[in-house]
Amino acid sequence: MREQGVDITPGTLFDAEEMVINMGPQHPSTHGVLRVILKLDGETVKDLDCDIGYLHRGVEKIAEHDTYAMITPYWDRLDYVAAVSNDLCYVGGVEKLLGIEVPRRAEYLRVALTELQRIASHLLWLGTHAIDIGAVTVLLYAFREREEILKIFEDFIGARLTAHAFRIGGLWWDAYPEFEKRVRDFLKILPGRIDEYETLLNANRIWLSRTVGIGVLPADEAINLSLTGPVLRGSGVKYDLRRAQPYSVYPEFDFEIPIGENGDTYDRYLVRMAEIRQSIIIIEQALDGLPEGPVMAKVPKVIKPPVGEVYFGIEAPKGEIGVYLVSDGTTKPYRMRIRPPAFINLQSLRRLSIGHLVADVVALIGTIDIVLGEVDR
Amino acid sequence: MPRVKSTADRRTLGEVIKRLLLFDLFKGLFLTFSYNWRALYEKRDGGNPNQAIYTEQYPLEAARVSERFRGAPRLNLDPESGQTLCIACDLCALACPVDCIEVGSIRREVREGEKVNKKKVLTTFIFDTSRCMFCNLCSEACPTDCLELTQSFELAVYHRSGFRWDREMLEKGIDYVRYSK
Repeated sequence: MREQGVDITPGTLFDAEEMVINMGPQHPSTHGVLRVILKLDGETVKDLDCDIGYLHRGVEKIAEHDTYAMITPYWDRLDYVAAVSNDLCYVGGVEKLLGIEVPRRAEYLRVALTELQRIASHLLWLGTHAIDIGAVTVLLYAFREREEILKIFEDFIGARLTAHAFRIGGLWWDAYPEFEKRVRDFLKILPGRIDEYETLLNANRIWLSRTVGIGVLPADEAINLSLTGPVLRGSGVKYDLRRAQPYSVYPEFDFEIPIGENGDTYDRYLVRMAEIRQSIIIIEQALDGLPEGPVMAKVPKVIKPPVGEVYFGIEAPKGEIGVYLVSDGTTKPYRMRIRPPAFINLQSLRRLSIGHLVADVVALIGTIDIVLGEVDR
Repeated sequence: MPRVKSTADRRTLGEVIKRLLLFDLFKGLFLTFSYNWRALYEKRDGGNPNQAIYTEQYPLEAARVSERFRGAPRLNLDPESGQTLCIACDLCALACPVDCIEVGSIRREVREGEKVNKKKVLTTFIFDTSRCMFCNLCSEACPTDCLELTQSFELAVYHRSGFRWDREMLEKGIDYVRYSK
């Protein structure tokens, strides 16, 4: 008898060493409503399967009934801790379909906001990952810096979490007068704060024994599992869509792609911390070269793209998020397919966990950095 | 290409001594205690990232809401005549992704100076705040700057029917109860 790929033959519960237990859907360490079915031998994980779909809302189907502009707010609710990145993906896809040239000022502001969102997402990841492993202090410090980013978002976009940041063709609002100064002030204090997190974690014996050598994923397997984002780069594959398939104005910026060496949980942590530092460099360049001009292109009131199909992918904090749009020439998309990074990265959990202890499963769910709003869509 | 280096597997003499003396433990503790110490003498200044205590004392102090914040909806009135700015064009209801706006209108004769015109006039306006996701698309569609999402954010009510805001409520705004301790 098999359920969800895990063998739960009756009789194995008491008279054999193996045991099937459920972790979740209501479990604080599964980062949402993820049910993990574990087959255990004592404390060791023999097999594992994920049961997803508890947060399914059918965004792809809803999109078939809504006009192009109306779909954008739904994208905020996919990966709800990185809403601005999601918006960039969808809006970029529609602009590619329409063939709109976005004003350069809008592109620069978009890059600045998206990179701020990447920092915010990684900070949230750091805090929750650390609290899963047992370091509670880091969460409080990381949330303090994330709060500063959310305040900048609130002043710029009007919302903190479900941002609805970009409109098709550019931005609705131009930057507020103090925007540049506030971001620069924040970027000035951030490197010192990252050093603080690293003081607490980098050489911490408990942190090291919980992360080093846990969930080692070689580069070839990471590629075979079609992983993207920091999980792939932690395994030593230098693949970042900002360089591999440049979009927006990223080719104009000078930054490096940090990669890991061993492909374990600790390396993925180091890669994300290095990515925050690279994001700081990108935002500074974007603010230095911020051109003057309009922030909205000329977009028709009723958006009616020509018949055709388009794929547009960007490097979100969690990996490649992409949109595949099919237009039949009406005001509503014929089909919208979302390429979700967390959903695809989550399939590596089984490969990572087998052979490790139950407590490591918590660390491994954390290291993949999933958001269930995007896994279930 | 920068490969991030892990310091974990270094086995030098210095590292071993550091490990024996719990050097890293004390380094971390020093950081947290430096914040605790600063919290004792620093002024409480909510929301300042340079202070040790960051927490905003929201119900006691007024919350910090930005100018562009998208909160409770409002129907703006013409400041001169006191009449509604809404022309019942239904664009907000068409722009809404969650269909939370209902615009009711009738065609009737309106006296404008000398002339009598047949015009669409707003009768009812229902805004369901429980379904609204505050995306601002309705406000952006409004041609007369009538419908606007304001900075009020305290939308909790005791009954579900309270989420359906009618025209009167949208024009006047909500009556806040100010609690004092």
